[in-house]
Amino acid sequence: MILARIVGTVVATRKDPRLISNKLLVARPMDPHGKSEGNYLVAVDTVDAGVGETVLIVSGSSARMASGMKDCPVDAAIVGIVDTIEVGD
Amino acid sequence: MQLAKVIGDVVATRKDDNLTGIKLMILQPIAADGSNAGRTLIAVDAVGAGVGETVFFVRGKEASFPFFPTEVPADAGIVGIVDHWDVET
Repeated sequence: MILARIVGTVVATRKDPRLISNKLLVARPMDPHGKSEGNYLVAVDTVDAGVGETVLIVSGSSARMASGMKDCPVDAAIVGIVDTIEVGD
Repeated sequence: MQLAKVIGDVVATRKDDNLTGIKLMILQPIAADGSNAGRTLIAVDAVGAGVGETVFFVRGKEASFPFFPTEVPADAGIVGIVDHWDVET
C-alpha cells in the first residue's frame, strides 16, 4: 500500500456500470515524511475520505478486495484514513 | 519476495473493516548489501515485526493470504523476519 494525500475529486457521468455510485478521488502519493512523490492517481473511495486528508491506498488486483469493490474495474482503492505516521529511523 | 527494513508504522482509525486489528508498517526495501533500494511502502504485518527489524515481504494479492479466509485489502505484506542473510559477491 502507499500513503497519499487527497487533492481533488473526479466526476464521470459515462462510466462502467459497476462504478456507479462510487466516489472517485484524485490522490498524490507521498513518502512517510509528507513529501510528494510520483504521479497523481485516481482512486475509488471506500472509507469516506475528503480533500486534504492523508490516506492509505491499495493498488492492483488487491483493490478489488476493498469492501464493496468485488468484481469492479478498479486498480486503486482508498482503504484507510491515516491518523498518525511514525518513522523511527 | 523482497528484503526490507521496517522503519515505522501507520495508525488509521477509519479503515476497511477487514483491516481491523492488523498492524500497518512502513517498509524501506533494501538491496543485498543493506542499502536502500526504491520507494517506501506500507505493508500489513502477519508475523509481528517491529521497527528496526529486517523482514521479507510479498507484493500483490498474496499479501492477504496469511489472513485467510478474511479478504484483507492489502497489496504488500510482511511474511517473515530475517535473522541473518549471506550474499556471496
